Amino acid sequence: MRNPYYWNYLPFMLQVLAAVAIASGMVLASWFVGRHRSSRVKLEAYECGMVAQGDARGRFSVRFYMVAMLFILFDVEAVFMMPWAVIYRQLPQLTGSRMFGFWEMLVYLGFVLVGFFYIVKKGILDWASDKADL
Amino acid sequence: MLTFLLLSLVKVIVVTVVLLLAVAYTVLLERKLVARIQNRWGPSRVGPFGLLQPLVDGAKSFLKEDIIPAGVYKPLYILSPIIALSCALLSIAVVPFGPERQFRGVDLFQITDLNVGLLVILGVTSVGIYGIALSGWSSNDKYSLLGSLRASAQIVSYELALGLSLVGVVLRAGSLSLRDIVNSQSAHGLFSWNVFGGFQFFAFFIYLMAAFAETNRSPFDLPEAESELVGGYHTEYSSMKFAMFFMSEYANMITVSCVATLLFLGGWTSPFGNLLPSLGGSILASFVPFCWFVLKVLFFLCLYVWVRGTLPRFRYDQLMAFGWKFLVPLAIANIIGTSLWLALRTS
Repeated sequence: MRNPYYWNYLPFMLQVLAAVAIASGMVLASWFVGRHRSSRVKLEAYECGMVAQGDARGRFSVRFYMVAMLFILFDVEAVFMMPWAVIYRQLPQLTGSRMFGFWEMLVYLGFVLVGFFYIVKKGILDWASDKADL
Repeated sequence: MLTFLLLSLVKVIVVTVVLLLAVAYTVLLERKLVARIQNRWGPSRVGPFGLLQPLVDGAKSFLKEDIIPAGVYKPLYILSPIIALSCALLSIAVVPFGPERQFRGVDLFQITDLNVGLLVILGVTSVGIYGIALSGWSSNDKYSLLGSLRASAQIVSYELALGLSLVGVVLRAGSLSLRDIVNSQSAHGLFSWNVFGGFQFFAFFIYLMAAFAETNRSPFDLPEAESELVGGYHTEYSSMKFAMFFMSEYANMITVSCVATLLFLGGWTSPFGNLLPSLGGSILASFVPFCWFVLKVLFFLCLYVWVRGTLPRFRYDQLMAFGWKFLVPLAIANIIGTSLWLALRTS
């Protein structure tokens, strides 16, 4: 007797529960097991022993933001390729043409590469240069 | 249904405990090997050959004072080690350790065989980034913030190359289930492994580089570059919360090694194909593939340590340029090459 397919997700749910339980258990246990003897200086942010200057809620390089945004765009493109890759070897039978699947994806990859070339030319990925067009 | 759930629960508990022990002993393996590379002995006092060191370290972490600094944003500060560790423990659920062997409708060598296993691993790893990004921000410390920004940008960039390098393997196997991917490499031992097939050597290279960067391991360990950033995103964490980030890094190393084994080194299949005499259908024989799997994973873990003991750290702009301008185009070329080769091959 084969189990229904959705049963495959039940052990995964159990693993989620186990992982979260272990992680939260550790946080709780370490809070209650260890002793607490804090002082005002001990609770300051660590800056190599100097008195902390201001806090860390300042501004940081916009490049990090750009990289995050580029990741979203390109990762969606990468995931979009997965269904194609799974079915690729059956495409000749499905479409009746041996190269159809290849050309279709080549067009798509061409668009991806144009975008990629554009961001490289814009200099967003040149971390050391300050002439980048951000 | 109840037996299924109970047996699955047993499986989950066994695998998780073994994974946690493996994490502990990977730390020891690393300390020992790096010590030998640097002509030291490493931990040798606690138990024979220092074998009890990881357990004592674990107990010590619990006993240390758990400091929550005054300036932190508490909810996220406490939540982020939980996210990091639970995501690291999660992806092992779809990793198969051996060929299918049913016992009362439950697979003995895998927690669950999802037909999107590979995507689950990619997704869970991506969620794990939140642990790192939030820990740095919520700590309200400059070193933490810089470390977490670096780590997030680096992981996110290499995730892209990693995802693209897997497309070639999926093309060859025609499935996202890790078990099917291994089965597609089981025909002729060593020679049908994905590393040696088609253009997948390049994919293997990209995967390996990206995996080192994903797990923040040297030579890509800029997020915790001690000489510039003290400790990186976990500077403000102490006690077990610090140990949890540490454990999640090693658990990720193990997962990444498992995936590399499954995708490129034929998983549990023997490198000698059918040349070795089989042990028949005994219960012992079903553990032989498992031993091959463990051996291959150990190889990757030793490779991690070897690289750490040998190579210096990258500079940050070199790191980003390498990921975006070299690995990503190479991965796209690999996809084009593999698909062209598969299409032109007489089928």
